[in-house]
Amino acid sequence: MTARALFAEDMLLGRLVTGIGRSPKAVVAAVVCIILLFAAVIGPYLTPQNPFDLAVLDILDSKLPPGSQSMDGMNYWLGTDGQGRDMFSAMIYGLRTSLGVGVFSGIVALLVGTVLGLIAAYFGGRIDTLIMRVVDLMLGFPTILVALMLLALLGQGLWKVIFALILVQWATFARAVRSAALVEKNKDYVEAAVTLGIGTPRILIGHILPNCLPPLIVIGMLQVANAISAEATLSFLGIGLPITEPSLGLLIANGYQLLMSGEYWISVYPGVLLLVLVFSINIVGDRLREVLNPRLGER
Amino acid sequence: MTVFVIRRFLQSIAVLCVTAVIVFIGIYAIGDPAEMLISPDASPAERAQVVASLGLDKPLWEQFFTFAWNALHGDLGRSFVFNRPSISLIFERLPATLELTLTGLVFALLLGIPLGLLSGLKPNTATDEVIMTGSIFGFSLPSFWQGMMLIMIFSVWLGWLPSTGRGQMGEFLGLRSSLFTLDGLTHLILPAINLSLFKLSLVIRLTRTGVRETMPLDFVKFARAKGISERRIVFVHVFKNILIPLITVIGLELGSMLAFAVVTETIFAWPGIGKLLIDSIMRLDRPVVVAYLLVIVSLFIFINFVVDVLYSLVDPRVRLGGAQ
Repeated sequence: MTARALFAEDMLLGRLVTGIGRSPKAVVAAVVCIILLFAAVIGPYLTPQNPFDLAVLDILDSKLPPGSQSMDGMNYWLGTDGQGRDMFSAMIYGLRTSLGVGVFSGIVALLVGTVLGLIAAYFGGRIDTLIMRVVDLMLGFPTILVALMLLALLGQGLWKVIFALILVQWATFARAVRSAALVEKNKDYVEAAVTLGIGTPRILIGHILPNCLPPLIVIGMLQVANAISAEATLSFLGIGLPITEPSLGLLIANGYQLLMSGEYWISVYPGVLLLVLVFSINIVGDRLREVLNPRLGER
Repeated sequence: MTVFVIRRFLQSIAVLCVTAVIVFIGIYAIGDPAEMLISPDASPAERAQVVASLGLDKPLWEQFFTFAWNALHGDLGRSFVFNRPSISLIFERLPATLELTLTGLVFALLLGIPLGLLSGLKPNTATDEVIMTGSIFGFSLPSFWQGMMLIMIFSVWLGWLPSTGRGQMGEFLGLRSSLFTLDGLTHLILPAINLSLFKLSLVIRLTRTGVRETMPLDFVKFARAKGISERRIVFVHVFKNILIPLITVIGLELGSMLAFAVVTETIFAWPGIGKLLIDSIMRLDRPVVVAYLLVIVSLFIFINFVVDVLYSLVDPRVRLGGAQ
């Protein structure tokens, strides 16, 4: 990577950190995001039991309210579900699945969208028209409708959900990158790079892309939050992840039937965790948009 | 104007064709159509008969034309479960969904526009901060989770409102709807709020941005200089300009609300097409799924078309730009 690109990224990072630092609300949200991410990564070392190891589950412990003790003296701080699973452990594993699906599909969509957006902006002409027609078509339909269509036709499954999420997200990235790259393309430094005989791929990736990063970061954050929420919705409806990969959405769906009979903790706690996760990502994303959007200025 | 409408209409038809092709590929090329469209407990004779009538033994492009031809005649297959044409099942349940969606939209507008105005006219105050944070909260709450909480609070704990079904329906001017009876209304409140909360945030944000972008413009200063009251400036002059983006988004969001109704209907057991879709997916009743997809997409494209035409009526710049 060239020194210039590193420098640009450095400045960007500095702007982001100070931007978040100036809003107490965003600082809290960012800390929450980091804690949740950390909890998801080290998940198995954090939980008192492996919720999928049937050997440690005791059906006699099922539907215990929060704070009760198990038959062998373990404390279920958040209660247990219908199978006698410790809710806290199940939630951490659910968080891993939800965040994993959201972040992975977000990153792939970002890569696909960025490549197509750069190509559309740099080459223009027919390629541009073709790519942007498809983008417009995709953006014309609501996310949930496209995902529903796809999963209704393909059936449920982890990779199918990820595929659906990528498909509904890439267009947003492509449009943002294209409009940012169109502005950059006509600047002097690109012309200088062309004159120096630098190859097209290197101009695109090394010179234009670093300057398109600000909108990408903001959209990336908001899209991850959207993807997590969409996955939870699809899983709740029973057409998203299979029961073998319980995300937060599935945990909520599992407890939904029991909600009416007063066993609220089985679906309320995973719900609160999902809410906190999506809310804090959105707060940080929203703050970043304010920081990086020159039109609105500093608040 | 006519040129614009015709152009836009042709575009809509093109999008509809593309979607039909995608759905067709989804059923015929990726999956096995015989398995998808023939009931699992059909006898071999029935199977052969359906294969022949659908033309599954013919080449793919010919199959597509059969599919498109049947679809144009409103024949989207028969439901395995109800043994009735799937399209009639959809149209039977469509009014319930429309009723829910439109009520939700009205809620979102009635609450969202005033809140957005309030927030936009006093930017960076405590009121603004509360409304804006609240709106982030609003779209962070997954729709199904909101629905569950509404049921838990208002039906289970407080016992104020019913949580399932559509209730009694009244008839007014030949329309049957829950809107016309008290019982129906109480059934409608929770699902409609659930469906509107998500869009409420969007309406608030759009109105706020619109106000903030319009207020510093010259015509507002001029109106002030003329001595027009602040109230008239906001509600007549500024409001007209906010209306333009609002109409587009409302139109687009109406389509997305129709899709989101799937979630709300599932939670509140509202007998609309969204619940029918989820039930049909669970029962592997694929002809109904296919019919739902085609109907909802057509509806969606139709709404977009109407919005664009309305948009060009409100803002002549669009029409002129499009005709060049």
